Amino acid sequence: MFLMRLTPLDGPALQAELTDPAAGACVTFEGWVRNENEGKEVHQLEYEGYEAMAVKEGAKITAEAREKFGILHATCVHRVGHLDIGEMAVWVGVTSGHRGEAFRACEYIIDEIKHRLPIWKKEYYTDGDSGWVNCEACASHAHPHP
Amino acid sequence: MMSESRRITVQYFAVLREESGCSEEEVNTPATSALELFEDLRQRHGFSLETDRFKVVVNEEFCDWSHPINDGDTIVFVPPVAGG
Repeated sequence: MFLMRLTPLDGPALQAELTDPAAGACVTFEGWVRNENEGKEVHQLEYEGYEAMAVKEGAKITAEAREKFGILHATCVHRVGHLDIGEMAVWVGVTSGHRGEAFRACEYIIDEIKHRLPIWKKEYYTDGDSGWVNCEACASHAHPHP
Repeated sequence: MMSESRRITVQYFAVLREESGCSEEEVNTPATSALELFEDLRQRHGFSLETDRFKVVVNEEFCDWSHPINDGDTIVFVPPVAGG
């Protein structure tokens, strides 16, 4: 399952929804807003998402993780809107019988989320500049998608 | 002779939303593929990024640039993503 939210994410509450008597392991990941990117000092972020497609593709990713790794449950929630340094941007939680597949599935989910979901990040720098990440126009060959 | 014009809803996000000045517009276009439509919009709005930086979504399905567009379709040109 994948959700987009405008309000701060509550990790413990999200984790509680994954409980299962068959689960011997729970692995969670939190993506936090940090104060620097590629040498520039960041003071705020803005995330924007194409919600209908993000939910659809996000659900595909968590279903793939269940299929590939044999886990019990997986959820990812991504926050959108303006976020300050230190705030949580994304939460991933996985429960499974054993820890090995839980770790692998959690990593798979966040890696795929970053590559495939139609979600964009705008950084606001302390020098007053701002820009959409990965969206620099350049005169020479275009950069490949990340 | 009927002029072939398709009524398409285009949704804009992130950098395209800023450069077009809107989140959505309805266009009547003679374009027959996603690529043709995008090239037209890119010229009209002066989008800064090259076409090959984008992915295409038609009616909530990822597809390729040659995908035909039909009357009533909703299309999104997805700029380089940066979630997570």
